[in-house]
Amino acid sequence: MILAMDTRDTPEQAELRRTARQLARQLGPRTVADLDDRKRRERLAVEVRDAGWLELRHDTGDGSPLAGGFEAAIIADALGEAVADVSFAGPVLAADLARRAGARPVDGTVVAFARDLIDAAVVSGPTTRAPLYAVEPAAHAPAAAYVLVPEGDGYRLAQVEVDGASDGADLTRTLRSVSAGARLLAVPDQSRLLTRADLACWATLGLALTSADLIGLMRGVLDLTVAYAKERRQYGVAIGSFQAVQHLLAEAHCLIEGAFSIALHAAWAVDERAPDEARTAGRVAKAYCARAARSVCETAVQVHGGMGNTWECIVHVYLRRALLSTQWFGDDGEQLLQLQRTRLEAPHGPA
Amino acid sequence: MDLRDSPAEAAFRTRFRAWLAAHNPGLPVSSTDDEYWARQAEWHTALYDAGFFGLSWPARFGGHDLPTVFDVILDEELAAAGSPPRPSLGYLVQGIATHGSNAIQERFLPGLISGRERWCQGFSEPDAGSDLAALRTTATRDGDEYVINGHKIWTSYSDVADWCFLLARTDPAVPKHKGLSAFAVPMRQPGIEQRPLRMINGITTEFGQVLFDAARVPAENMIGEPGEGWRVAMTIVSHEREPGELGYVARYAKMAGDLEAAVRKDPGSFRSDQREAVAWAYVQAEMLRLHVCRRLSERLDRVDHGPGGSIDKLLMTWVEQAVGAAALAVAGSRAVIDTDDVGLKIYLYSRAQSVMGGTSQIQKNIVATRILGLPTA
Repeated sequence: MILAMDTRDTPEQAELRRTARQLARQLGPRTVADLDDRKRRERLAVEVRDAGWLELRHDTGDGSPLAGGFEAAIIADALGEAVADVSFAGPVLAADLARRAGARPVDGTVVAFARDLIDAAVVSGPTTRAPLYAVEPAAHAPAAAYVLVPEGDGYRLAQVEVDGASDGADLTRTLRSVSAGARLLAVPDQSRLLTRADLACWATLGLALTSADLIGLMRGVLDLTVAYAKERRQYGVAIGSFQAVQHLLAEAHCLIEGAFSIALHAAWAVDERAPDEARTAGRVAKAYCARAARSVCETAVQVHGGMGNTWECIVHVYLRRALLSTQWFGDDGEQLLQLQRTRLEAPHGPA
Repeated sequence: MDLRDSPAEAAFRTRFRAWLAAHNPGLPVSSTDDEYWARQAEWHTALYDAGFFGLSWPARFGGHDLPTVFDVILDEELAAAGSPPRPSLGYLVQGIATHGSNAIQERFLPGLISGRERWCQGFSEPDAGSDLAALRTTATRDGDEYVINGHKIWTSYSDVADWCFLLARTDPAVPKHKGLSAFAVPMRQPGIEQRPLRMINGITTEFGQVLFDAARVPAENMIGEPGEGWRVAMTIVSHEREPGELGYVARYAKMAGDLEAAVRKDPGSFRSDQREAVAWAYVQAEMLRLHVCRRLSERLDRVDHGPGGSIDKLLMTWVEQAVGAAALAVAGSRAVIDTDDVGLKIYLYSRAQSVMGGTSQIQKNIVATRILGLPTA
């Protein structure tokens, strides 16, 4: 009998997972000081680009993407695990949006968000009125960001120049602003308007990728923390032998297991389930992963004790990255609010 | 990764859905109402007789030899229909199938699976809870029989059971883990007194206490070898900790779904925190559904979960307690005005989930030392 209901990686997916993890571990930062190692960072960016990972959501020619949301999530997970300081989700999401508009993706372009970082920025008029935020553009190079311009029942893509310096809580991914008053530039080759449904499907990919990033970074920071608890000695014994510490770490491990199950499903659903169902799967995953990641990262800081509260200890790099991935496409509170709207307010129950 | 049904799976789903539409017993939520346990036996035999129970168990004992994924489909359909979960017997089946002789398996598995013979599990004692191996109930050889003396507690379904899966000390001279043996003890005999145990939510028929006063069991009813009792018990508790084995996915989906339906009737009358608690209960129930899917898929690679059951038990506990918290939140003052309020009962019962089958503290000890490899103090 052929079994279809199966959550395991295919051999190709397993290979991608191995490759991505290996590369991220090899070139990701091991210490806070590594974050300043420009050579390493540039090599990482080149490797990610040369692997073709930024093109996963490019058009195959018939409108479908080169690879599934599941494959993109495998890479997001691996990069999160190593707090890899490289652009990935930003360009991939921009390419996915361009594909849906029938436009050719342009290297170095990301998507501009409104200040809440939940939705792609909508701009009517020739210039932007409020500052916008580009997530994961190149750090120092010139960059552009897509915005949405209302037209009829849908949206047309336009571009703005990203002029702000790199800033933000996350030390591994850039967040750059677009000044109010920025001039909109046409995206000439788009062949269709984006519908609300297109944008919902696109946001579902965003939920899946941010959830996958959270899964990876939870796993990465817990591995570090368990190793530290085995090493660090107080009262003459390893602190990991104390039940109070063990229970914190055990709880974190269980949260990651549950979060992984739910995030795998959301990533798969992006291309395989009906849009509404996929969106709900993304919201469920993001709500769970965001709450889990907050708890796991806080445990990591706690178990590292005084060291965990210093800039030099890499644990806060994970926590900071978790904060951005949590906010991007909406945090747990936002997802629960939207789930209430669709599941508790519909007169005849959820579709 | 592929969660689409194969043709065989889709056909099974359609067939079961149609049967369920005509046979949903419409029972109250389990563990909140004595009526549930009174009628659960009928539900078991109805499922079994229609060919929908014991899907992944051996056909020669009344199962269907199907992959475990069919249990996932069954649970999903039960959940979608708001039906009661399938009876939670998997851990006893695994215990007998793993440790019992051929004769024991042939004698006991068909009745257990068909529901014609009802079972309870006699492990815990008043002075042996988390420290199960300290149990004091004795089984003393007397000719072809063993004579049982002792006191069991937290014994699920003891009031209706024909058989007790009993763990007793057969050799007091050896270290505590080595002197235990397991038996299938007939419940209907003069040396056994069954007393109901009232839970904090008022239900009286789910758990009992069982007093053994020179009760007798044939020696041939021993499950496993003399002294193998601890290993038998560990097989059972590791499966008892797996939500996939228990069929609890349907239980939580029904409870969360009932709460959602209650809010949908009049959304404006609930505060945002009450609504958020219900949304969170849904998220938790979905997490468990997908987690069980993953666990069962991993089993296709023959991944032995062993201590992994403790992870699943903790996740299941968090789901049950999130649902319990949401039920209490939705009930509001009704929970304290009406002692029969179902929200109150769900909430109070949810506190037991972090104790039964091994406390959350014991599960965390297992995860920390056996999975994370942390040193023991």
